[in-house]
Amino acid sequence: MIQLFPNPSYDFIGKRRWAYLISVVFIAIGLASMIAKGGLRYDIDFAGGTLLQVRFSEPPSVERIRAALARIELGDSVIQEFGDAREFVIRLPLAGTSSEAIGRRVQEAVAADPTLGQMEIRRIEFVGPQVGRDLQLQAVYAVIAGLIGILIYVAIRFDLKGGVAAIVAVFHDVLVSLGALSLTDREFSLPVLAAILTIIGYSVNDTIVAYDRLRENRSRHGQLKGSTFAQQINVAINQTLSRTVLTALTTFFATGILLFFGGKVLEDFAFALFVGVITGTYSTIYIAGALIVEWTSYVEGRVRRPKKAVAKA
Amino acid sequence: MPKHLWWRSGLVLAVILGSLWYLYPLRSSINLGLDLQGGIHLVLGVEADKAIAAQTERVAEDLKAALERRGIAVRRVAREGNAAIAVQLASAQNWNDALTVVNEFSTFDRRDEDQAAARFTLVMQEREQQQQRDLAVRGALEKIRNRVDKFGVSEPTITRQGSDRILIQLPGVQDPERAKALIGQTGLLEFRLLDEQTSVEDALAGRLPETSEILYQRRRDRESETERKVPYVVQKRTLLTGAELTDASVQADPNSPGNWQVSITFSAAGGQRFAEITEQNVGRHLAIILDGSVYSAPRINERIPGGRAVITGQFTIEEARDLAIVLREGALPASVTMLEERTVGPSLGRDSIRQGLIAISASGMAVFAFMLVYYQLAGLIADLALGLNLLLLLAALAAFGGTLTLPGLAGIALTIGMAVDTNVLIFERIREEMRVGKTPRAAIDAGFTRAFRVIIDTHVTVLVTALILYNFGTGPVRGFAVTLFTGLTASLFTAVFFTRLIFDILYMRRRKLERISI
Repeated sequence: MIQLFPNPSYDFIGKRRWAYLISVVFIAIGLASMIAKGGLRYDIDFAGGTLLQVRFSEPPSVERIRAALARIELGDSVIQEFGDAREFVIRLPLAGTSSEAIGRRVQEAVAADPTLGQMEIRRIEFVGPQVGRDLQLQAVYAVIAGLIGILIYVAIRFDLKGGVAAIVAVFHDVLVSLGALSLTDREFSLPVLAAILTIIGYSVNDTIVAYDRLRENRSRHGQLKGSTFAQQINVAINQTLSRTVLTALTTFFATGILLFFGGKVLEDFAFALFVGVITGTYSTIYIAGALIVEWTSYVEGRVRRPKKAVAKA
Repeated sequence: MPKHLWWRSGLVLAVILGSLWYLYPLRSSINLGLDLQGGIHLVLGVEADKAIAAQTERVAEDLKAALERRGIAVRRVAREGNAAIAVQLASAQNWNDALTVVNEFSTFDRRDEDQAAARFTLVMQEREQQQQRDLAVRGALEKIRNRVDKFGVSEPTITRQGSDRILIQLPGVQDPERAKALIGQTGLLEFRLLDEQTSVEDALAGRLPETSEILYQRRRDRESETERKVPYVVQKRTLLTGAELTDASVQADPNSPGNWQVSITFSAAGGQRFAEITEQNVGRHLAIILDGSVYSAPRINERIPGGRAVITGQFTIEEARDLAIVLREGALPASVTMLEERTVGPSLGRDSIRQGLIAISASGMAVFAFMLVYYQLAGLIADLALGLNLLLLLAALAAFGGTLTLPGLAGIALTIGMAVDTNVLIFERIREEMRVGKTPRAAIDAGFTRAFRVIIDTHVTVLVTALILYNFGTGPVRGFAVTLFTGLTASLFTAVFFTRLIFDILYMRRRKLERISI
């Protein structure tokens, strides 16, 4: 029998100050990157615009494509290699003409340069500004509504403290993942949104497992006599540690394979998941429980302090 | 074998058979999203305000006629903005009579009355506006559906999205330009006289009577692919519209070899009207206008009885055929704008699905292997449960006509993750119970029972999230929510019910159980 952590008793809560520091640093780096780059880079799903995915018969030179496109003056186009050296994504700002007209002009411009060879248009997408904005808003609403739903459910099944701490942990994971996207210059697209939603699901799932153990231990009398709340949480996290790490490992493998072999279409999605799994596991072990301890000691502190004042007087 | 094992096994067997039934044949049972299949995805915005304006225009004309019938002189009855009509009577003398007439138009409210100046404004009621808007969108949806049906696309999706949008998905269609032209055309056909008193030069210079406007004819040179616009001065008054049409068909254009024309047939009333118009206007030019563009403006040589006319315009056969479809199905109640458009070539869809499937199977395989190595026989049971989960998930998609897209695949990934996690939770618990000295049988029992509550909690939280996402999200977010919801429901069945059953079959019958493989 293989056994990870046969009898763990790590002091996670004791190291919570370090964990806060690490989290704050990571989130700060991510936020700084987002601010420096003027926010997240939205894919045309959210920003609106026209996107062409083209494939050349031979690997062309990007400069040549750029020169060919500059001649037809479609505005600021962004040209990116996509997957392999023959495939490119061309992003164009919103234009008045239809996407077919744009496609035709690009095709003509490329045909005018014989060194570029044959080009096939594999995908054209046009998203109007209104739709992009609506999608953005709707995504935000959906995520906020989802978080509120989680908060209510966890607050009912456990307590408000747990609900709030779980939400903060989820938020933490989403922030770190978004920061990682910004740092690696990836775009926020619909599949990436799906990945963020997945991270939320994964992270809250993980956190609930630890909470449940805490609740179960506390409901069995006698066993926890003499231990502080921090110790109780430590015990719960340790007891569920092998399951947390095991599940993280399986998910880690699965998303890792997706990231490295899933191809360009799935890459950004898999990357967000990959980061989300790591930070989700980390936040379950180091953040969610620690926050409840923090909250409890704050509340107890406030209860005790007035008493002291009375004693002095 | 105890009785309860029989019915539990029976239930599992029935579920498996049912799933297989829904999934057969696999190729056609699950709808693939356009990102995986290739095709066209369009979102159209219906300009419902224009439909309201048109309705208001009609009411203004009716009102004017009604007032005049009662002998009330009016100076001006005209639409103002989208939903208001400004009325200026000749004098305040017939004020009360006028109000009685106005009260018959019960969907409009009277505002800004000024009896001394003999004027008031009518505004369409908010509820009526809402209703008109709704009618416009529903009408457009219906017409577009009919057009697409005639176009011949297999399994198109045409649905309403939000209050004023229409989502159209045409899998496998590779000529987006043609499809868009067919779908996006308003298709409003009008017959109007040219204004032959005003020269085109004067009109372009701005000297244009209030009753006329400039419309253009697009002339295309097919060789150089250039387009040139020819201006016409056309009366604003519409003599006849395409609403009176009963049929439209394609013919070769006898005057222009290689080109096609569309022949239209009017209803009896329309034919009568057409005969009258041609009779009264012999020698003048009659412009045939579609969606604000002049197609042709032939001279009327004589009265045309029989209710037939032709529209020429150097059409290719496809263009003529599509125009005939649009005319036959009638005009959209309001014009539409293209808000979003995605065309995915079939090769790309194939590539992404192939690569995606390979990666997903590989990651699934890694999870399978991991479980097998770590938990041995119990891992194999979990793997079986996982396979069953996937089967159920796909069957549910097939049964409810769900569409599988890339974000949907994300939902499946999360489902697999959670289904594995459920078994990990149970197995870790069983191991724990064995460590504290319980017998294998008691450990299995305790493991399943103790883990059950947390499994319910984790599942319900994520199910709640999926439900909320489904309600608040659109398109891809919904696709994600659907796969997540069905997957998690299936996982409750497979990871708890099914694995427990296998454990029971394997271990519960034995009188003595020394060790289990976990």
